[in-house]
Amino acid sequence: MSSKVERVILAGFGGQGILFLGKVLAQTGMHAGKHVSWIPSYGPEMRGGTANCSVILSVNEIASPMVTVPDTVIAMNRPSVAKFNLKIKAGGMLMYNSSLIERQEFRDDIRLVEIPASEIAEELGNPRVANLVMAGAYSKFSKLITFDDLVACLPSLMPGGKKEMLEINLAAFKKGFDFVEEKKYMFGRYVYSVFKGI
Amino acid sequence: MAEKVLMKGNEAIGEAAVLAGCRYYFGYPITPQSELPAYLAKRLPEVDGVFVQAESEVAAINMVYGAGSAGARVMTSSSSPGMSLKQEGVSYIAGAEIPCLLVNVVRGGPGLGNIAPAQSDYWQATRGGGHGDYRTLVLAPNSVQEMADMTIAGFEFADRFRNPVLLLSDGVLGQMMEPVTLPDPVDYEVNSKKWALGYNGKDKGERNLCSSIFLDVDELEEHNWHLYQKYQVMTDLFSTGEYKDFAVEEHLCEDAEIILVGYGIISRILKTVVEKCRKRGIKAGMVRPKVLWPYPTHVFERLAKTASQFLVVEMSCGQMVEDVKLSVNGKKPVYFFGRTGGTIPSDFEILNEVDKLVRPD
Repeated sequence: MSSKVERVILAGFGGQGILFLGKVLAQTGMHAGKHVSWIPSYGPEMRGGTANCSVILSVNEIASPMVTVPDTVIAMNRPSVAKFNLKIKAGGMLMYNSSLIERQEFRDDIRLVEIPASEIAEELGNPRVANLVMAGAYSKFSKLITFDDLVACLPSLMPGGKKEMLEINLAAFKKGFDFVEEKKYMFGRYVYSVFKGI
Repeated sequence: MAEKVLMKGNEAIGEAAVLAGCRYYFGYPITPQSELPAYLAKRLPEVDGVFVQAESEVAAINMVYGAGSAGARVMTSSSSPGMSLKQEGVSYIAGAEIPCLLVNVVRGGPGLGNIAPAQSDYWQATRGGGHGDYRTLVLAPNSVQEMADMTIAGFEFADRFRNPVLLLSDGVLGQMMEPVTLPDPVDYEVNSKKWALGYNGKDKGERNLCSSIFLDVDELEEHNWHLYQKYQVMTDLFSTGEYKDFAVEEHLCEDAEIILVGYGIISRILKTVVEKCRKRGIKAGMVRPKVLWPYPTHVFERLAKTASQFLVVEMSCGQMVEDVKLSVNGKKPVYFFGRTGGTIPSDFEILNEVDKLVRPD
């Protein structure tokens, strides 16, 4: 991952908190002193339809805020993989919610990261925090925002939020981060070769 | 300096309007600008302001006419089809010389079109839109920060010139979030306009009248020449006068052989294209008009002497390209590339166009 700029597309279905997940990354980046932008897809969508947004985190000023070739796609459901899989930059990353997306023949020129985000969220007692599990996992890979940045920024993202909610959100960050730290996410040829240094 | 906040473009306009002393908003919801009325519906009552969701766009613009005549800072906003509905009122407001801020968060047209971002209202914005001999000052921000800054500037210009000011944005700028440093609040004195109906300092028996009706032929001609002279003053101020640097942004133009021209969100993409061109050894530069009327013709007159060609990029079938051609005045070739219907051109396809022009073989 480049240490200067990270272009991310986040996608899933309405209700999974995709736009909020994007805002979490953008606002955390802003608090960490980075340049950031966030653009939602806004279409004539129906309930249960798809939602996605583009986020850029950058050390330098952001010229174009449009993301045509993402470094990372965070996919929360199956249609999102189909829609954005081929757009990922070669050498980029597909991080997906393996609770809802089965392992399949992916491209072999990208890093694959599977996170059972929905299951982890269920274990925490609230399926709606699956998005924040992904945020925690992403912070492990990011060169521009850290886990500590996420934790520090969270209260500003939920003004007036209840203490229990804050705690479960923090727990979701932690679970996602730990899952990556323990390298439970790895499988596949490319990932294998990357980590073997081939 | 104030703290940075992450805000949508539409919301940044709303907050900046409040900071500019605007206490009256009249409008009607339409995507992709609805966050702006939604924001002000919540915010204006907190500062003893008035928010009215009118029964239609036509009603809303005429409420703006009324509040502006009374001397208040007032605004309305809409997106393309709604803006068309407002044009009759805009013409009346321009004729009666009422200051106000209009915001158009442009979407795809013609007709109902779609709700995706577009720049196809350029002609409507800069050529009047309504009937009669009038002009509207048109500002074109390209970031959420500028959405806020130009809202404040817009109110100041409107009052200075007694003229409607149009903030021409698009769906991307309205919907996107970026960090904003909110400007300092302006101390606006409502009772400061001597011509206004609500001015308290009038002599006993004296009346003010704000009207665009001049039934006598000579009177209307005199009025129209008066407006014309005002527009000339504005043109001078934005080309050679105190606002000449405000009117335009130039990027790497000094040694540029090809100049890319675009406003609003397109200029952000063009900046990326210029970077990529420079890496490939192509001497490209960019001109971004920040004010679309009066058009920064002076910059093109100068650059037509040093650059060898111009490429105008728009999210339309080609509207601003006409102003660039008028400004370059045949001295150098002016080419056009556009995407329309709500599609945003990528840096790759623009780069491809530049390649074709620079290396024709």
